[in-house]
This record gives sequence, C-alpha cells and structure tokens, in this order.
Amino acid sequence: MPLLSPADQEKLRESFDEMTSPVRVLFFTQTLDCDPCVQTRQILDELPPLSDKIAIEEVNFILEKEKAAQYGIDRVPAMALLSTDAAGATRDSRIRFLGTPAGYEFVSLVQALLLVGGHDSQLTPENRARVAAVSTPTTIQVFSTPT
Amino acid sequence: MAFANEHITAYAVEATEFPDLARKYRITGVPKTVVNDQIEILGGIPQDDFIAQALDLHG
Repeated sequence: MPLLSPADQEKLRESFDEMTSPVRVLFFTQTLDCDPCVQTRQILDELPPLSDKIAIEEVNFILEKEKAAQYGIDRVPAMALLSTDAAGATRDSRIRFLGTPAGYEFVSLVQALLLVGGHDSQLTPENRARVAAVSTPTTIQVFSTPT
Repeated sequence: MAFANEHITAYAVEATEFPDLARKYRITGVPKTVVNDQIEILGGIPQDDFIAQALDLHG
C-alpha cells in the first residue's frame, strides 16, 4: 500500500522532472531495534519510481561505522544527499536528515532533492554572497516535528 | 546554505525521535535552528534575518 496518494505521486513526478542531475541518497539504517528505520525505508522506497534521477543506497550503520563517521552520522535513521556532476563525479551536498522524513520533514526532503538535483537555490543573490563568504566550519541543525 | 558553501553542513533533525538532542538543545518549540551549538533561532523568520542571525552578521 503506497504512502503517497496517486495525486501526490503525480505532483512529485512533475517536480522531480525539473531535476537536471542525479541525486544519490545514502540511507543509514540498522535492522534491529529501529522502527523509524523501517518507516523511513518505506517512505524512501516511494521516491525512485517517481524519478530516474533519484537513487537510494542503503548503508548499514552498525557494519559501516567508518562511512557513517565520514558523513557525520551518529544515529539512525539518517540520510545524506549526494549530487552528481555532468562527468558522473559524486559530490557531498552536506545536507543531512536525521529521523523519519514524514510530514514537514518530507516536504524538506523533497526540496533538498530538487536543490541537489540542479534546481535553483531559494537564496537571494545577496544572501548567496553572504553564505559564500563563510570560511570556517559551520554546522546548522534545524529541529522540527512531523506535524 | 550547505549546498552553496563547502564549509557548511546542514542537518534537518526530527526532534521527537531523538529526545536526547531535543533536551540538549532545549527544543520547546519548532522549528528551532541551532548554529555551531551557540546561535539559536526560533521559529520561521524571513530569509534575510535568518541568514544574518545564522551567520552572526551584525548591522
């Protein structure tokens, strides 16, 4: 039973059509004691059928500790979004999601997929310049709830 | 912001699933943004203000 209604699937398919480059979603998960991981897998599984530019790659959080550390992931479920350039090279977007991407978080995930997939940034030119000027490691955490 | 600058990493965190983080960062309402464990931004605010506060730009 799909989580997304046929109407929502159609809307997403249209949005994803505007993506110009492939996005890989590294999905960090574990098989034991993680109900949210199962829910997240179900949500993520709905996306690749809507766009050939979206791929989900599962990473075992327990067995692949090094990879988790590489992407700054210390809990699951978690997702890291990777962009792909014209030459096929992968680049880390440094955009992460921690927890089940349901409700508002799902909307954020869709927006992040579009951005990493080549959609225009929502930043104004002025703000893009301010962001570009950051020269020290900066971590931004945005907390939200599903409803 | 993270996509625009390689020095920036952005986490979207589901607060109810991680009570330890919600406690650590005193999440009593959402959205709440925390930058480098220091700067706190409450609620959804206009982009200009958000950028200014998040990047600690004064004036």
